[in-house]
Amino acid sequence: MNAQPNQETTLSGITRWRFTLVLVVFGCLLAAVLVRLVMLHTVDQPFLFEQGEKRTVREEVQPAMRGMITDRYGKPLAVSTPVVTLWLNPQQVNVQQLPAVATDLGLSTRELVRKVERAASQGRSFLYIKRQVQPELAQQVLKRRIAGIYGDDDFRRFYPAAEVTAHTVGIVDVDGNGQEGLELAFDEFLQGSEGSRQVVKDLYGNVIKQLKVNAVPKPGGDLALTLDLRLQYLAYRELKAAVSQHNAKSGSAVLVDARSGDVLALVNQPSYNPNNRASLRAENMRNRAIADLIEPGSTIKPFTVAAALSSGRYFPGSEINTAPGYVRVKNKTIRDHRNYGVLDITGVITKSSNVGVTYLAHQLGAENIWSFFSKAGIGQATVLGFPGEAVGSLPYPEQMDALRLATVSYGYGLSVSPLQLAHAYTSFTQGGCRNPVRLLMNNQPQTECQRVMPAKVARQVLDMLETVTSKQGTGSRARVAGYRVGGKTGTAHKVGQQGYEDSEYTAVFSGIAPISSPDLVLVVVIDSPQGKEYYGGEVAAPVFSRIMQQALRLRQVAPDDGSVPALQMAGGPA
Amino acid sequence: MANTDFSRTMGSGHHQHGFDRSRAWFERMHIDLILFLLILLLAGCGLLILYSGSGQDMTMVKRQALHFLIGFIVLIVVAQFPPRFYQTVAPWAFAIGVIALIGVLVMGVGAKGAQRWLELPGLPRFQPSELVKLALPLTVAWYMSTRPVPPRFFDLIKAMIIIGLPTILILKQPDLGTSILISASGILVLFFAGMSWALILSMIGIVAACAPLMWFFVMREYQKQRVLTFLNPESDPLGSGWNIIQSKTAIGSGGIDGKGFLQGTQSQLEFLPESHTDFIIAVLAEELGLIGVLALLILYFLIIMRCLYLSSRCETLFGRLLSGSLAVTFFIYVFVNIGMVSGILPVVGVPLPLVSYGGTSVVSLLTAFGLIMSMYTHRQN
Repeated sequence: MNAQPNQETTLSGITRWRFTLVLVVFGCLLAAVLVRLVMLHTVDQPFLFEQGEKRTVREEVQPAMRGMITDRYGKPLAVSTPVVTLWLNPQQVNVQQLPAVATDLGLSTRELVRKVERAASQGRSFLYIKRQVQPELAQQVLKRRIAGIYGDDDFRRFYPAAEVTAHTVGIVDVDGNGQEGLELAFDEFLQGSEGSRQVVKDLYGNVIKQLKVNAVPKPGGDLALTLDLRLQYLAYRELKAAVSQHNAKSGSAVLVDARSGDVLALVNQPSYNPNNRASLRAENMRNRAIADLIEPGSTIKPFTVAAALSSGRYFPGSEINTAPGYVRVKNKTIRDHRNYGVLDITGVITKSSNVGVTYLAHQLGAENIWSFFSKAGIGQATVLGFPGEAVGSLPYPEQMDALRLATVSYGYGLSVSPLQLAHAYTSFTQGGCRNPVRLLMNNQPQTECQRVMPAKVARQVLDMLETVTSKQGTGSRARVAGYRVGGKTGTAHKVGQQGYEDSEYTAVFSGIAPISSPDLVLVVVIDSPQGKEYYGGEVAAPVFSRIMQQALRLRQVAPDDGSVPALQMAGGPA
Repeated sequence: MANTDFSRTMGSGHHQHGFDRSRAWFERMHIDLILFLLILLLAGCGLLILYSGSGQDMTMVKRQALHFLIGFIVLIVVAQFPPRFYQTVAPWAFAIGVIALIGVLVMGVGAKGAQRWLELPGLPRFQPSELVKLALPLTVAWYMSTRPVPPRFFDLIKAMIIIGLPTILILKQPDLGTSILISASGILVLFFAGMSWALILSMIGIVAACAPLMWFFVMREYQKQRVLTFLNPESDPLGSGWNIIQSKTAIGSGGIDGKGFLQGTQSQLEFLPESHTDFIIAVLAEELGLIGVLALLILYFLIIMRCLYLSSRCETLFGRLLSGSLAVTFFIYVFVNIGMVSGILPVVGVPLPLVSYGGTSVVSLLTAFGLIMSMYTHRQN
């Protein structure tokens, strides 16, 4: 190919000005790009900068650790452990990456994909993958760095004593809000306050760096209960055995420190496992010892007698003729088990004479009975601050005619919770002056007690109660080897749809040990025992005996007969 | 001849003397020192930006450095052959390219719904359209340089057929961006060869008339989507509009002086998609701001001006047509990429020359610079 000089020169002219034209077009295009870039960098900069910050800078809520609930010696009853909640944005996530996630977490791949696709089609941008995942497992998933999958720090509540303390401690929902029991009552105190901080996150939601802390999370307060976990365990075990043995509907036991009024054990049957949310059923979650009312039956008689003794008109030796074993009040006949003839006041308690206490109540009058019972705390709220706490009922004097007064004197026509009954019995153990009952260690003990009866009367009633557990008494099966035990049986017909049921009973035993120097008050309630045995002395008294025997031993209470208590097996403060 | 106006601005005094001497020596080695140094500078900047854009992935940077090494060797080798050699091989390269393009349509492998790669036993996987990017302007320049000037109508028709054949084949892959760039590089040769204004205007008219027809008959659904997204990216912010919104956010949030190297939140935290390939300039814009982008643009501008200067100084028509076309094509690359990332052009998938990650692109661009140097440095007299 030879160069053709003349052609070259003519061409130069053409190409030169075409080159110039190209340069001009260049300039225009370049100017367009430049204007655009300058606009973005200057005029649009504040908006775009903010947009950028919106993508990366996040206010992150830092959950506060929920406070711990412990027993009186600091044994944990409810603790929070860190977990991770995994969620995804259905708009961002690639469905093809889900099988790996499902395998990690042991979920059904098909189920997960179906859920994500449905959520995506509904335009949702939030879907839980799995809540409360162990931190190590969650990290395994998050390390895959799949766009649209995120993990939030969270806490999971764990209840080491499970069903043994379930009713009292209560339960939180999956978001960590109190739902039942003390978890609900002291929710705000336990929750603490969430923190928040400003962080930079990448596309996968990983925190890259912290910009500033708006608020440091404040962990919730710890709640120490007066419960003694050792006593709680043994009370639960014995109650459960008895409820199952008698095929009963339900049962409760309340163990109270006879001196301070501290609740040491509070158990119910049926119970539930608060660690397994799937097993929750409302009927198992009732804290019956606090929330259910019973008619106390004969267990109330010591108070009628104490009222009589406090009036100064009667002494333990005062004689009452209960013959012929029944008395007609208005159009009703009140009967004793049999004709006891002449009984002294102690005998009225020992034999549980309805005729005897009716006589005493009628002699004292409704006003005196009402005021004495009220001071003893019957039909009065215990003010534990427990949700669903039952107040109970005691008819006013003007509501009590002769018949009502008589039934109240032997425990019908009024209602108490098992806890109230136990509390009322501490009137006898605290020298006639009653302290408020306590469930939380944090509460300062009140210095001033409420005088119910003279100390002498309290002592007299204690001695009378001891006769109930003598070999001939109705509560003989409540005896504890080596200790002087006093108490009172009660068997109440249950109230059904048409008045009192003939075959449904509540068996109650309320007692104190040791009588020489009272240490514990225990109330056992067995609801609707099925089978031949249904009296309080037959059903509730043996449970009382078993719980009390072990509890006295655990608390190293000196036996009355001088024998050495068995060595404590489990460790723990005496 | 060698002592140009341009070079006088580059230095002064005694230093200038030494620089001119080494330049003359390089020219004998068929290398234009100024262009070579500018490209070297751009390659260095490119590697730095890539380091940030890849999320500080040193392996990727090393591989790209290897691409550059191969590319520069190819550049030097290519520059050693005289223009006559390229005139001879141009039709053959074109034929091979077209056959390879047909091969892609028949047996190509693809990614993301398009067939662009050819895998032949014993050869590394390659993209035939990259070969055609060079072969087409070569062939058109060769063809036009054998015809009388100004070109006659029928010669132009034949040249249009040469341009149209690979364009249609690439459009079929489908790869709209590359087919537009390739046809543009061919048409630019015709323009420089003195194509008459009547023809140019009628072609613009045909394109304008064809645009609606293209929309309804030629363009694929995803291509239409891109155009719609370009017109209103906020219509589908989480889908097809994501890329462009994210890149605008990254660019704008950099401000005048940027957030600092490796300090860009959008790019480093993976909010910016394709941050090491097509959208890499957004990384620069966020981290070094408007100043950084302007510096890079100035570098590109100097390279293009130098190429245009060299092409205007070529002895042969062939060289002038080829160099001019390649230089303008290079400009179009830069313009389309920045235009697309900053949102004034639709997203067509054009990498930023010598900065975006990619071996084929680096080698073919450096080959083009080798050709430009060959055209300029081989002289008859």
